[in-house]
Amino acid sequence: MSITPEHPTALDRRTVLRRAAAVGLAVPAAGLLGACATSGGEETEQVSGGTKSATNPLGIKEDAPIEVIIFNGGYGEKYATDVHEPLYKKAFPKSEVKHQATQAVSTVLQPRFAGGNPPEFVNNSGEKFLDFGALVNDGQLQDLTELWDAPSVHDPSKKVRDTVIPGIVEQGMFDTADGQRKPYVLYYVSTVYGIWYSGKLFKDNGWTAPTTWEQFTALCEQIKAKGITPYGYAGANAAYYQWNVILTQAAKIGGPDVLKNIDNLEDGAWQQDAVKQAAAAWAEIGAKYSDKSFEGLKHTDVQLRQNQGKLAFYPSGDWLENEQKKDTPAGFTYQLMPVPSLTASDKLPATAIRAAGGEGYFVSSKSKNPRGGMEYMRQMLSQEGARGFTETVGAATVVPAGSDGYQFPPGVASSQAALKAAGANVFNMLFDNWYKELDTEARTATNELMFGRINADAFAERIQKRADAIKKDTSVTKFKR
Amino acid sequence: MRHGKYPFVIGFLFVPVTLYVVFVIAPYAQAFQISMTNWRGLSAPQWVGFENYRRLLDDGNFWKAIQHHAVLLLALPLITIAIALFFAFLLNVGGRSVGGQRQGVWGSKFYRVVFFFPQVLAVAIIAVLFQMVYRPNESGLINGVLMKLGLDPVLFLIKPNLALWSILAVLVWQAVGFYVVLFSAGMASIPTEIYEAAEMDGATRVTLFFRVTLPLLWDTLQVAWVYLGIAAFDAFAIVAVLSVDGGGPDGATTVLAMEIYRNAFVYSKYGYASAMGVALFFLTITFAALTLRLSKRESVEY
Repeated sequence: MSITPEHPTALDRRTVLRRAAAVGLAVPAAGLLGACATSGGEETEQVSGGTKSATNPLGIKEDAPIEVIIFNGGYGEKYATDVHEPLYKKAFPKSEVKHQATQAVSTVLQPRFAGGNPPEFVNNSGEKFLDFGALVNDGQLQDLTELWDAPSVHDPSKKVRDTVIPGIVEQGMFDTADGQRKPYVLYYVSTVYGIWYSGKLFKDNGWTAPTTWEQFTALCEQIKAKGITPYGYAGANAAYYQWNVILTQAAKIGGPDVLKNIDNLEDGAWQQDAVKQAAAAWAEIGAKYSDKSFEGLKHTDVQLRQNQGKLAFYPSGDWLENEQKKDTPAGFTYQLMPVPSLTASDKLPATAIRAAGGEGYFVSSKSKNPRGGMEYMRQMLSQEGARGFTETVGAATVVPAGSDGYQFPPGVASSQAALKAAGANVFNMLFDNWYKELDTEARTATNELMFGRINADAFAERIQKRADAIKKDTSVTKFKR
Repeated sequence: MRHGKYPFVIGFLFVPVTLYVVFVIAPYAQAFQISMTNWRGLSAPQWVGFENYRRLLDDGNFWKAIQHHAVLLLALPLITIAIALFFAFLLNVGGRSVGGQRQGVWGSKFYRVVFFFPQVLAVAIIAVLFQMVYRPNESGLINGVLMKLGLDPVLFLIKPNLALWSILAVLVWQAVGFYVVLFSAGMASIPTEIYEAAEMDGATRVTLFFRVTLPLLWDTLQVAWVYLGIAAFDAFAIVAVLSVDGGGPDGATTVLAMEIYRNAFVYSKYGYASAMGVALFFLTITFAALTLRLSKRESVEY
């Protein structure tokens, strides 16, 4: 789950590549970074386990250090340095926590995995997260079963897996090369996706959030008449915010299995009627109620335009409010609405919503102290850890006990309310985490669709073509749910 | 001293050659090796032979990138050299004669500095700068003015058939300064008597340029062409930072280095990316060899 879609480039490598190319060396510059990497990777010597006890159920070696890598994006790094790391230190004073934050996780960590010296705990997120599939395939991830079965910190009578939102453990499960299915990834942040608007703008104009397509388009007309762009997303680097809307729409039309088929790379999954209908509907919104210039803007630019009252609807997840904290004028009041129903015969009700665990965290199985990494997760999942996270970044975690009685800011409060209203009609999709190539293709096709260069059929067809190619590619690990 | 020569030479060569082998030759060789595997960056690679190269043949983005290199390869050197030559001529010999010496146009010292400015900026900064220049709405440098005048904004980086040219313009803008200096240096070494003689024979500035300056600058031009050609095979930084959606819209501005980057560092397909790298290597080498061979002609001694 990318929180801040930074541009996919790192300054120093860019300079290196360019200089190298200037003397005709562009080729191995890419290779250079991997130089000596394939041959290295001797096994790291792992620390032995400690004695298991009530306070140390995972049996970690109490004086062994751990290294924590945090993606410094939408949620920053403060929640780790100010909350989770101190909690871990408090529980195990003799252990040392080495902290590092980065905006480019794969750039920093790829050589370390290749070199056989990975850090214990990784927040694998952002535009440049490490491919989970490749990590699983290479046996780099620690099986978290023991953690989920360990007693929780705040309520030792419960297992950790029973203190989190249902479905979260499953979301982080992957098929291994030998056909087993194990939990490898902890998705920690409760993320709700939808379309955001300013409560103040709507109240001032007497508008209400639409629930049907007719209401939605009618309102877009009114907004347009006021000289405000009704709808828009950033094409330059955040097109996936929009394929998320299209696929959410498709799930509402045809039920959550539409997305399951897509995730499982079923034949013709992208050409299901629901996907085509959703794409056609949104292509029309793009043509009539958006602005061509948005294709050249970054997410920060478009979000700023919404803050300035020049844009009414913007699709995003509920990290948006925290991300825009600095630019949001007083009284703006972020509000989330679910994607409106397209027809009366939609399989899911208008309240249905995409919600999932966001921000993936894992423990490296080949690090020196994987048990320490799991213990760090256990501390994160404690009530105190979850509460601290929520207080620091204003977002809910997958540990409901952490947000008990917490006064959320208006945006997150509205997304939590929407989540509650959705009841059992909550769904998710995972293909972008599993197959990054498919994500890239979907982004490109979405821009083509929304800015009027192709129609819904061509949209479905070109992504399907890429999905088929990935299905056939034996070097890519496949996942099922 | 005769038999002491070899140890002496070897002593000098040892360190640089070792460094070169370790940091240049070995990675090259390894790129070739990795390109024959399906390495995904983490565990041991598996040998797949020419599978990656076969796959290149039906990779749409790869061919798009090659096409863009073809366009850049022609347009970048041509436009840059033309502009740089023109400026260099004006700066050095385009003005009046003073005491038989040809001078640059008025203010040429000032312009010389100004032209060089883009060269001292980091590429990434230039790209960010041009994001502001090309921005498609009222806060863009160009479109802000256009929209004030009541015109429609020009979607520089968004229109698929305009995007590559917008990128090219930045590359030219950035390169011109350096070549003005290079050509100026070349022109400075042309003896002034030749100009004087030509002028006495009644040559105009245009004739001077085409009959005197250009032939005597041939060697420098050749070097410039090769450099710019190689730059045309790169263009990564500008494309990565400036273009929409990393080489978009829909691959309309993508270049090989961008595809290598994406395959290696986004998809973790290091084997496949290395195969692209090897392709790029051969393209660059072929280009350099061809240019040097084709542009070979008698240089004029003076």
